[in-house]
Amino acid sequence: MSDVQGNASSDTAARSSSRSAPRRAGGFDLGRMLLEGRAFFALIAIIIIFSILSPVYFSTNNFLTMSSHVAIFGLLSIGMLLVILTGGIDLSVGSTMGLAGVIAGFLMQGVSLDMFGVTLYPPVWAVVILTCVAGAFVGMINGVLVSIFRVPAFVATLGTLYVARGVALLMTDGLTYNNLGGNPEFGNTGFDWLGFNRLFGVPVGVLIFAAVAIACMFALNRTPFGRWVYATGGNARAAELSGVPVKRVQVWVYVLSGVCAAIAGLVLSSQLTSAGPTAGTTYELTAIAGVVIGGAALTGGRGNVRGTLLGAFVIGFLSDGLVIIGVSSYWQTVFMGAVIVLAVLLNSIQYKPRKKRAPDAGEKKAPASSGAA
Amino acid sequence: MNSEESVMDRPASPSRETGEVVLSARNVAKSFGSVHALKSVNFDIRRGQVTTLFGENGAGKSTLMKILSGVIQPSAGEIVLDGRPVSFDSTVDAQRHGISIIHQELSLAPNMTVRDNIFMGRELGGPGGVNYAEEARETERLMAELDEPIDPLTLVEDLRLGQQQIVEIARALSVDSRILIMDEPTSALSASEVEVLFRVIADLKGRGVSIVYISHHLEEALTITDHAVVLRDGAMTARAERSEIDLEWIVRHMVGDNFDLGSPPTGHTMGEVALSLDNISVADVAVPERSVVDRLSLSVRAGEIVCIYGLMGAGRTELLECAAGRVTASDGHVMLEGEDISRLSIAERIERGLVLVPEDRQRDGLVQTMTVGENLSLASIKAFTRGLLTSGRREQGVVDDSIRNVHIKTDGGGAGIGSLSGGNQQKVVIGKMLATHPRVVLLDEPSRGIDIGAKAEVFRLLAEGASKGLAVIYSTSEVGECLSVAHRIVVMSRGRISAEFGADVTREEIMAASGE
Ligand SMILES: Nc1ncnc2c1ncn2[C@@H]1O[C@H](COP(=O)(O)OP(=O)(O)OP(=O)(O)O)[C@@H](O)[C@H]1O
Ligand SMILES: [Mg+2]
Repeated sequence: MSDVQGNASSDTAARSSSRSAPRRAGGFDLGRMLLEGRAFFALIAIIIIFSILSPVYFSTNNFLTMSSHVAIFGLLSIGMLLVILTGGIDLSVGSTMGLAGVIAGFLMQGVSLDMFGVTLYPPVWAVVILTCVAGAFVGMINGVLVSIFRVPAFVATLGTLYVARGVALLMTDGLTYNNLGGNPEFGNTGFDWLGFNRLFGVPVGVLIFAAVAIACMFALNRTPFGRWVYATGGNARAAELSGVPVKRVQVWVYVLSGVCAAIAGLVLSSQLTSAGPTAGTTYELTAIAGVVIGGAALTGGRGNVRGTLLGAFVIGFLSDGLVIIGVSSYWQTVFMGAVIVLAVLLNSIQYKPRKKRAPDAGEKKAPASSGAA
Repeated sequence: MNSEESVMDRPASPSRETGEVVLSARNVAKSFGSVHALKSVNFDIRRGQVTTLFGENGAGKSTLMKILSGVIQPSAGEIVLDGRPVSFDSTVDAQRHGISIIHQELSLAPNMTVRDNIFMGRELGGPGGVNYAEEARETERLMAELDEPIDPLTLVEDLRLGQQQIVEIARALSVDSRILIMDEPTSALSASEVEVLFRVIADLKGRGVSIVYISHHLEEALTITDHAVVLRDGAMTARAERSEIDLEWIVRHMVGDNFDLGSPPTGHTMGEVALSLDNISVADVAVPERSVVDRLSLSVRAGEIVCIYGLMGAGRTELLECAAGRVTASDGHVMLEGEDISRLSIAERIERGLVLVPEDRQRDGLVQTMTVGENLSLASIKAFTRGLLTSGRREQGVVDDSIRNVHIKTDGGGAGIGSLSGGNQQKVVIGKMLATHPRVVLLDEPSRGIDIGAKAEVFRLLAEGASKGLAVIYSTSEVGECLSVAHRIVVMSRGRISAEFGADVTREEIMAASGE
């Protein structure tokens, strides 16, 4: 019976449950639980099905390998979530990621300053910082275009998608940097540490992903910035009149999305030990899919990190599972598309503003039985 | 069922009532989860008569009307139309039966023109697709009938709130229905527009149209009603004919006792000038060379309550939005406690203690995706942030205080904002801004949709604030409100101040100065 109220408050209740337990709506409703936890149940189903279909699927090693794939677009998804929560979209993340890899590769090869006749080899930490700054810069361009110049987010980030990709191609002439290992002589070894290596048996990329996710979860739930993000996406006009620095929030979410993309680029090029200018092509769409499967609304204001993580794992575990059981890549594409549409379909059930009550007994019988009243 | 004596329907004795019952709700109940919005209500609508529904915020008025117009379905009970039980599964279905509704919250598409909104879903066909010319002519006719000459091709988002409300009314009128439900149709209208609407209502009555009217402007409602019904906590507590009742009767049944809105607070000394608007001009968005606010100067002192009275379109909203930083002045300065804040952002002004309670709660007041609590605390996040982190406990404190202060009917603030009744949503907007502990508060038609008890409570809060040095600018189109709260009344007309009065002014003097 809690359906109508559930529409309005289920997500916010879920979101705020960590903050204040008593504010959660009481009652147990199986349908609602399935709907809210759909990404979770989908993930469980995927794991069970593929474990049955393939003996190698259910093993720690395979899970770690799949997780390090998930980490890449999961990082993009988290940045994307922030943007989508404010009601925007960031199509440039895939290109930014490719550009970040290329910039890292470029720096690892050494920067030769002809003027002085020297070649500088920045240490890996400097490479990481510079790459993230580059990502932030791309994000800032997006943010300024969207918030100050009021270019629709779709168009602004579509533009940067092309520009960033073009710059990456220009920087490399279309070629790939293969030697990212660095050289002990120049003191710039250690790039492997960003994604390729393992710490306590877990790929470093996965740990980075987890750290970013936790930081973001914290920012969204426990800081004013998080509240501002939700308010901006829910109703920017009202948020502004309540003192939310809407423009600044918009710029920041794109900057953070750019940084996430740069981190993803670093992890990917470390995993592959190479950086190519076309890396990350169409990853923006995978990132969006992750966010949407995780229950966020593209109209802004609704969604959370937990859902997005689940969404990213659903996509990653599904596509890797399809590869493992040997489904053709054409069918993989079909499956992915179907899953995304299904997820959005369920979203629209959950967020329907005024859901029609399912005709229950009392309501349908009433006119007939009490007609004489 | 303590209300037996007054409620008991007398189905078999239509002798005293002239109009026959056309639509009635029989034992209708509605629950939203654990909230029982309606508990077995009986309600009759009579042919060619106006039935007015009174009740506090959250009493269940809108819920009952939504059930009668097919927006939602009852949990129990039945609807009887012309003596036959019916059930509407959509508004379209109800419309086919001749029932249409003007919603409390406007339901127009802001990105479309007035004409397209009025004919949305029922476009007039012609040989070459939609017959736009005919639609535009019809729109013009409706607008003329309502005495509001709006160009049919204006975008709805460019209209003032009151004009949007008129479009909403026009849309309901454009369907020839026999039962017309009006849920607070006049909340954003000023006296002269209300008069026009009442003329239209009288006209409709003459044609046999039955009308249900809901309003928190009790006196106004009394002038047109034929029957009064009072709802309280989801149950009907009284019903009577116009000749048997007066204002006191309504209030007594609505809130249980009688009280008036009081008079302006006295006995405290006023401080320095808190906010002064110097020579402010604001350009019209549509016609930049025209000014909606025209070289206007106004100041308010700490502890003073100034009412701005004016008709719709007098420029009150623009003036307040300019003071709050939403729109930029084309000329002039906004001075807060001697400091020029004209260039500061809205957030910086709020930090300095200047806040605005906006007029349009749906567009400017509420974040629909957030809970009641998150909305209430949105403007005062800094108050419960320590270092980088917000504190859930402190936030709950802020929320609980607000809920108590402005009497919001909700439990704890965890529910979605959309589940509150219209008046309670309005209280959230007021509570949110008062929670920032402002030094100057600008209120733009804050009583829109709130009941008489809540209005008294808001007045009490303002008076209490004023005695502690709060400066208040209160914009309203109700003379009664001016007289109950203001130390000083400023009448605005066409972007200028046309008159200024002390608290001892009479109703007639104010009306005369506004050009009504
Ligand atoms: N969708 C909903 N979910 C949960 N509760 C609801 C919902 N809609 C209404 N309610 C509750 O039902 C009660 C009656 O609301 P309703 O909107 O009918 O009040 P109202 O009499 O129209 O008040 P107002 O004068 O403020 O417009 C309120 O307590 C409200 O919180
Ligand atoms: Mg209502």
